[in-house]
Amino acid sequence: MARVLINLPARAKRGEVIEIKTLIAHPMETGYRVGPTGTAIPRDIINRFVCTYNDAEVFRAELFPAIAANPFIAFFTVATESGELAFSWTDDHVETQTEVRQITVE
Amino acid sequence: MKTVVLAVVAAAAAAAAEIAPEDRRSGYDFAAPETRAMQDDDTANPGILGVLQGETLWTRKVGAADRSCADCHGDARLSMKGVAARYPAFDPALGRPVDLEQRINRCRTEHQGAEPLTWESADLLALSAFVAFQSRGLPIALRSTAELRPFLDQGSELFHRREGQLNLSCSQCHDDNWGKRLAGSVIPQGHPTGYPVYRLEWQSLGSLQRRLRNCMIGVRAEPFEYGAPEAVALELYLMGRASGMTLETPAVRP
Repeated sequence: MARVLINLPARAKRGEVIEIKTLIAHPMETGYRVGPTGTAIPRDIINRFVCTYNDAEVFRAELFPAIAANPFIAFFTVATESGELAFSWTDDHVETQTEVRQITVE
Repeated sequence: MKTVVLAVVAAAAAAAAEIAPEDRRSGYDFAAPETRAMQDDDTANPGILGVLQGETLWTRKVGAADRSCADCHGDARLSMKGVAARYPAFDPALGRPVDLEQRINRCRTEHQGAEPLTWESADLLALSAFVAFQSRGLPIALRSTAELRPFLDQGSELFHRREGQLNLSCSQCHDDNWGKRLAGSVIPQGHPTGYPVYRLEWQSLGSLQRRLRNCMIGVRAEPFEYGAPEAVALELYLMGRASGMTLETPAVRP
């Protein structure tokens, strides 16, 4: 499991626009580099990020090799109701890491 | 003509003075606003990922002794507070100063019965970042022991000595020409205020020794090996030179 930092307000007013910031530890190996012995280092990147809010998708991003290591993704959404936000990162090995955070909307 | 040459030489010698304490500035002050914002926000600073990793390693039992760092040192927030601000420190057993990374590895080999971590490995960077993070906001303050004096002098000599194919000393850039540009980059004063530092160019955390090797390769000199006594002496001199400046670990630099 990669280390993840997720920042979002624990409480928000209904209809308020909230900023969500995410950071995940990942080498984002481009596949274009060679190692010390001259062999190519295989590509290993996170290629997909999805955020769902009470199971409804609110944000999605496709990532490419030009994106730096430890990708930081920040975006906005509207606080509609209390519930949970799920964040999923999927890498080239089709392995997905999912983190869940709660939000209270009043 | 001769007088002109002498005057130029005299001016160059005068310029080689040390930076006055009130003029000292961290690399933070030279960084772009975006880079500074990244460092200031603990949820955007990628160095924090290393600190969190170090926190996990702190409590992990390793080696023949099956002991973790926490088993001896307890809560790092208390026991490690201010430690990084006074490293490199004199090690009586070795008779020379050791830096934070070497200190961690000596703890591993002597007290944990574990293999030393390799330089620039993710684990060593994470542990040193976690330890140094406990001193964030504290002023750099070496222990002013008489034992350190010869090594400070050695570091000073290395800092002021020309080297490499470009025949440049550290001080020619970082004392005499800071604030000007070297190609597109601003020359900082070279204060080690935020190590291990998250460098955007590296896309990872890196130690002060890695940074020093970077500069040495830049002037086309043969860099010191990791952990070489000369490299530690240079680290020691730089920390003494930055005495009183605030530690920012994990800093973010371009």
